[in-house]
Amino acid sequence: MALRRFDIEAGGDSFAFKPETEDKIAFWRAKYPADRQRSAVIPLLWLAQKDNNGWLSEPAMREVADRLEMPYIRVYEVATFYTMFRMQPVGKFHIQLCGTTPCMLRGSESLRDVCKKEIGPAMYVTDDKRLSWEEVECLGACVNAPMAQINDDYFEDLTADSFSKILSKLKNGADVQPGPQIDRINSGPEGGTTVLTEPHLFDGSRNEVSVLPNLPSAEPEADSEGSKALPKEDAPTNTKRETPEAKPGTKTTLLPKKGDED
Amino acid sequence: MSDTFKLNIDGQDIEVPKHYTLMQACEEAGAEIPRFCYHERLSVAGNCRMCLVEWEGAPKPIASCAQTVGDMRPNRDGSAPNVRTKGDYVQKARNGVMEFLLINHPLDCPICDQGGECDLQDQAMAYGRGGSRYDENKRAVDDKYMGPLVKTIMTRCIQCTRCVRFIAEVAGVEEIGMISRGENAEITTYLEKSLTSELSGNVIDLCPVGALTSKPYAFNARPWELRKTASIDVMDAMGASIRVDAKGDGVMRILPETNEEVNEEWISDKSRFVWDGLARQRLDKPYVRVNGKLVPATWGEAFAAAKDALSVSSDKIGVVAGDLIEVEQAKAALDLFRSMGVQNTDCRPAGATYGTDGVRERYILNPTLMGVEEADALLLIGANPRAEASVWNARIRKSWLWGELKVGVIGEAADLTYDYDHLGTGGDALANVASSDFFKVLKDAKRPMVVVGEAALCRADGQAVLEAALKLAQDVGAVEDDWAGFGVLHNAAGRVGALDVGFVPGEGGKATGEILGGGMETLVLLGADEVDLSGIGSSKVIYVGSHGDAGASRADIILPCATYTEMDATYANTEGRVQMTTRAVQPKGEAREGWAIFRALSQVVGKTLPYDTADALRAGLRGPEGESTVFSGLGFAPGTSGVSALQAAPTGSAGALSADAFKPAIDDFYLTNPIARASKTMAECSALSTALDTPVAAE
Repeated sequence: MALRRFDIEAGGDSFAFKPETEDKIAFWRAKYPADRQRSAVIPLLWLAQKDNNGWLSEPAMREVADRLEMPYIRVYEVATFYTMFRMQPVGKFHIQLCGTTPCMLRGSESLRDVCKKEIGPAMYVTDDKRLSWEEVECLGACVNAPMAQINDDYFEDLTADSFSKILSKLKNGADVQPGPQIDRINSGPEGGTTVLTEPHLFDGSRNEVSVLPNLPSAEPEADSEGSKALPKEDAPTNTKRETPEAKPGTKTTLLPKKGDED
Repeated sequence: MSDTFKLNIDGQDIEVPKHYTLMQACEEAGAEIPRFCYHERLSVAGNCRMCLVEWEGAPKPIASCAQTVGDMRPNRDGSAPNVRTKGDYVQKARNGVMEFLLINHPLDCPICDQGGECDLQDQAMAYGRGGSRYDENKRAVDDKYMGPLVKTIMTRCIQCTRCVRFIAEVAGVEEIGMISRGENAEITTYLEKSLTSELSGNVIDLCPVGALTSKPYAFNARPWELRKTASIDVMDAMGASIRVDAKGDGVMRILPETNEEVNEEWISDKSRFVWDGLARQRLDKPYVRVNGKLVPATWGEAFAAAKDALSVSSDKIGVVAGDLIEVEQAKAALDLFRSMGVQNTDCRPAGATYGTDGVRERYILNPTLMGVEEADALLLIGANPRAEASVWNARIRKSWLWGELKVGVIGEAADLTYDYDHLGTGGDALANVASSDFFKVLKDAKRPMVVVGEAALCRADGQAVLEAALKLAQDVGAVEDDWAGFGVLHNAAGRVGALDVGFVPGEGGKATGEILGGGMETLVLLGADEVDLSGIGSSKVIYVGSHGDAGASRADIILPCATYTEMDATYANTEGRVQMTTRAVQPKGEAREGWAIFRALSQVVGKTLPYDTADALRAGLRGPEGESTVFSGLGFAPGTSGVSALQAAPTGSAGALSADAFKPAIDDFYLTNPIARASKTMAECSALSTALDTPVAAE
């Protein structure tokens, strides 16, 4: 991680939140009492970053500090501590490429090469101001490794090929589809699901519950017949536990008892 | 439930209050605990891990600074927990911590100004390994700009965050912070702006390594070559305890000494960095003005000229003492001029009306500086303690921050680093204080405190201000038998001492304003540079002082005298606490101690003073054996002992309060006296602070 410092020149002199952001600011500030307003510093910095083309400029940081009546240095500490606050300009589409172990084992290094080839060095903004990239630590999508986050969306199960296609689409303004880039639903197995394929496994019919009791439409009728909808008393549930029976001669503790040594 | 907790530390049973930290308990038991980040006067950070101790049964070593004793559990059998501060386990833990701290610390002790007085150096010797197992490159950190006082070598920083905590908690301006994290963590000011706190120099003392050092002192001396002299500061009326470090005939630096009752362990930047002014612009030989030009003279020639100048009618002679006058000089000068029949003597600023009734309690800070920690309400009238007594301001802030203190201000609405009720700016606010909300706060307070700034007493209605403030103090119950909650905050070190020897107009004598208003044939200025000399006309001026400042440039005869680091001199601080400076270096050139100049002059004018040594003079001040005067003891603040004098009802004959706003006593914190004005460092600080105050026109 390189030193993170404000790009003072690119930041200009002023920053103003977009009018539509004010509601969100009010939402976050309302969560904290009047004398604890500085608790809202991270959400506000995040909103400022969103309103400032994806990066936090020095005037934007000051705006947050002024709004929360915090000393600048305190906000600066927060902004430099969290790498999610970018202190240099980024492209319209900023790629955060995961390089942590699972992604690395699944080939994130080749994705990094794609970035270097298609965009340039890390945090470099292409001339058309559309793309920039940086390597980040684990984004928590290891099951779909390797992956990258582009602005707010995860792009998963990437290969060098699919990744460079996404990049060129972004460069040319074409639509891209977030999520897994292979034949996979969310984190399911490749090629579609292989379990829970038959509805009776999950529709409750095996439990003799024809209608789930908590559905609004499953309001039991007022007469006693309605109780049929409830599971039988001896049906296995996870709330009923077996009472352990103490058998003579079995140890229930690991600690040696007195006179147990022999 | 008992408030104490039993521990067994290194085999020794000990009982300590529950709120103690384990570190305090260990020290109570006589064990030495190494530390970097922990500091008694700052909040606990617990990030250096140097203070690890072994707590029997705990899975890991315990950071003793962050472990409250009351939170510890007893042993399984109910006996007091066993803690060990020595032994292999602890040794190994500290050894490891030290190794980590030194991974990125440069081996530049030979060129480091902290060398020889460095906590890291000392503790590495005591607890560290002999060598390093770390072969990788050390990290390097860019040095940061923090202003003209604090030099930074940030690669040496071990991130203890003492400076961050000091500036935020004690100084009350959040200017230093730790940015980034992990290996990239760095201490800096916001975008490397210079520190604006008037207490910023204290971070140099707090820094346990050589990351923050003194810029003016850089590469000047090594601690072991310096002669260390305990003394008293005279930059403000607090009389902070200082240590003057000198090499040869030059003062190399000034450091604070711990004095709980006065300055705790801080001093202001002015006190700390004024020392280069002690060697510049000095008057090192007598001068006499010949044909409009000051030419060097011998003492004999200067005294002869002075005798001439003083051989006029005694009511045409005026004597004005300056801010830094020591008690001995004031006494000797007063004795001489009274014996010559001169009544026009004054030590107060122009327009001052207080201090002439001989009641000491009406011009000192009776509640004492330390008393603000007991107080629960404080009303400041025409005083800005941040500029006039910076270290005391930090104590007010401490009391406000951690205690129950509520503050009200009448006068300039300055940034005092704590919140206060602003009741108004002028005398009308004081007159109407009973109808304000803050009056109730004062009234309900157990120990209310009313403090009047000296500047508020130096105006036409000064006497009315004093009486109104005293009456208010009496009304809210600030003046009780065990609590003297009324006081005056002075801003000149010499004032209280000079008032104590009676350096006020004699019978029919004129006060400073009138003396300097013209009509005098001869003026004697005792280091009086803060007064307005524009109206003195063609009077002959005898200037007795140490620096070539306003007074000296107008003078016809200059008698050079020593400064506070060059003599043993007595000062009384704003509390009335009598303290003594100690000679650290010889007076410059032919300069002499102030009292000796007047003793010699007295012989020349034929009114020989009855003391030949400073000790004899001081014996005279202390009075006969068995009798007690204000100078009888050193180092005590009278506090409540004179409270009966405050209980007398004000006469009410002082006239009406004017609605004029109280003016700040100090325009420029860094340039309040001739020594500070001679200092390059102070000039730099002043230029920076004025630049900050002025809005940038270009925008």
